[in-house]
Amino acid sequence: MTSARRKSYGVKGAPYAFLLPATVLFLLFFALPIGYALWLSFRKVRVSGLGLGSGARTEVWAGLENYTDALTDSELVDGALRVLGYGCIVIPVMLGLALLFALMLDSDKVRLAPFTRLAIFLPYAIPGVVAALLWGFLYLPDVSPFYFVLDKLGLPQPDLLDGGPLYLALSNIAVWGGTGFNMIVIYTSLQAIPAEVYEAAKLDGATPVQIALKVKIPMVAPSLVLTFFFSIIATLQVFSEPTTLKPLTNSVNTSWSPLMKVYQDAFGKGDIYAAAAQAVIIAFVTLVLSFGFLRAANRRTRQEAAR
Amino acid sequence: MPNTKRRRLVATTVAVTLGATALAACGSSDDDSETESGPVSLTYWTWTPGMDKVVDLWNKGQGKEEQINVTVKKQASGDTLVTKILTAHKAGEAPDLVQAEYQALPTLVSNDALADISGDVGDAQSKFAEGVWQQTTLGTDAVYAVPQDIGPMMFYYREDLFKKYDLTVPTTWDEFAETARALKKKSPDTDLTTFSANDSGLFAGLAQQAGAQWWTTEGDKWKVGIDDAATQKVATFWGDLVAEGAIDNQPMYTPAWNKALNTGKQIAWVSAVWAPGTLTTAAPDTKGKWAMAPLPQWSESENVTGSWGGSSTGVTTDSEHKEAAAKFAAWLNTDGEALNALAKEGGIYPASTSAQLSGAFQTPPDYFSNQADFYTEAAEIAETTAPSAWGPNVNVAYTSFKDAFGAAAKNKSDFTDALKTMQDDTVADMKKQGFGVSE
Repeated sequence: MTSARRKSYGVKGAPYAFLLPATVLFLLFFALPIGYALWLSFRKVRVSGLGLGSGARTEVWAGLENYTDALTDSELVDGALRVLGYGCIVIPVMLGLALLFALMLDSDKVRLAPFTRLAIFLPYAIPGVVAALLWGFLYLPDVSPFYFVLDKLGLPQPDLLDGGPLYLALSNIAVWGGTGFNMIVIYTSLQAIPAEVYEAAKLDGATPVQIALKVKIPMVAPSLVLTFFFSIIATLQVFSEPTTLKPLTNSVNTSWSPLMKVYQDAFGKGDIYAAAAQAVIIAFVTLVLSFGFLRAANRRTRQEAAR
Repeated sequence: MPNTKRRRLVATTVAVTLGATALAACGSSDDDSETESGPVSLTYWTWTPGMDKVVDLWNKGQGKEEQINVTVKKQASGDTLVTKILTAHKAGEAPDLVQAEYQALPTLVSNDALADISGDVGDAQSKFAEGVWQQTTLGTDAVYAVPQDIGPMMFYYREDLFKKYDLTVPTTWDEFAETARALKKKSPDTDLTTFSANDSGLFAGLAQQAGAQWWTTEGDKWKVGIDDAATQKVATFWGDLVAEGAIDNQPMYTPAWNKALNTGKQIAWVSAVWAPGTLTTAAPDTKGKWAMAPLPQWSESENVTGSWGGSSTGVTTDSEHKEAAAKFAAWLNTDGEALNALAKEGGIYPASTSAQLSGAFQTPPDYFSNQADFYTEAAEIAETTAPSAWGPNVNVAYTSFKDAFGAAAKNKSDFTDALKTMQDDTVADMKKQGFGVSE
């Protein structure tokens, strides 16, 4: 910026100058890659004959072909349904537990609160891949101490890496890892509720359970919305848990979740064009679902506020 | 167990007879005759452990004299590296030298990523078995890589437990099935082995032994023979064993598999020459109790094996110093000192025939100290490797194998249906890309 320019634009230009670094970074590392992925999703490779030789492969315009292929691909649809089932277990259980723990920690009677809080939060600090490996060992009948105990007690030993139980096994990893984080978010907003509110409730003769249900939960509703929002996104993007369990069992295939299918197409098959189209679809669905939820939640809060 | 993949060597004889006409275009069109002057610096992408130490030998010896310095960049193994090379090549930024498994060579060549180095590797060809060398030429006059390691397949078994259960080492696949059944009768909790669907290379090697030719060319078209009679025979054989419960159906390379091998719950493993390395980590308590024998045969008169794993060193078309790179590739895979170091540091089984019985291979692997002639026998088995036939979308076929056979093994359903799926997926992918495919 020259001094002449600074003189003439002075104050007017300042906000733009401050915005410049962020804008440049945004364009360079966010908008540009997304734009490139979009561009790739409309392209494909055309091979001629045996496909050997330098001119045998050309990149051509594919139109919507990659999109129609992806949407009619039963593997992607099956993967989406599997993730839906997985999400129906993970989200209610994880958020339910997180809310329960947060309310318990917030009650006056709890002992060793800092320790308990840390203990519940700790699994979140363990990387997803490590957690999945750890649980994977516990799920394998031949090496799991649980199965050893079940065997000694003469109890049935379910195969956790197959069929329905596989969903429970995978959900368990996510719940174990995610509950602590969500609990902290809810707990923090519980702490922010002014003490007068409780006092008023107590004076009105409310029991602790009533306070929890009628005062605390409605007041932390915004953070419940937030955690729900994060959880939807995390569920739709589930990748590392099934990928880590995949080598341990025949029941998880290479396209178990939509994101695994994207990875497989891009890095297994080398078809980055189809993978780009699928990624765009997944991003779109994630946006619609999560913002749809946010809007619905906001509308309700507004209605309640108006009431 | 990623180290298995790393150790995968290979073997073989390729019969990928690609139409020579089609190849003329990509053949030696690259001008690699430029004469080198001044110091040259090369980058090498490889997953072999300890490769930096082997390269040090070059940088301090011959490389110093010729002013060719090589830098190793450690990579992930197998298919992910192929994708990475192709991506880098698209940007014109591929490294000078790359490690590539034999089945990936057609994919790399068809993307014009590998240079023809036939003029720069000297007499390297004489150091390798014909079938091994042929894999790097794809049946043409060009040379796209120098073979590094091979993985002839063999049969490994617990010698002590075979004695205990009064079993004889099977020499044919019929005897193998009988052995599995006999063992189940004597000890219902013990399995001879497992059918694992998580490494496609094993099945490809078994099919290769049976005479399968998965990819061949007819004029301007590819012919995919995954669902051919030979492979169907292999699929039916293993499918029946799984269905009747004579062998296990769980994947290998899992903690459960390690334990089964370590405790004698599984007493044999169809594997390749690199198995001692895997067994050392998977079943440390059973060291010295295993023995190696040739792979069972489909008929008594035959003596042939397949290959599982193995890789080569190629020079990319993006390299600005192809001649120097080819010189290094030839040195790395034919020089006695280099191969010795590769065996010691990287644990590879060399493709170079003269190295298979020298240096590190004069004594058996530590894990097999009870079998003094381990490497003598290995070299003999390596000679019987059947030709392999790789095509331009091996990765698609391999993925399809994992999913289709994984499900079939789990459900104990018909393996020939899974094979049909594998064939259909492979053909559909080739057609979608535009390859000429004959039915």
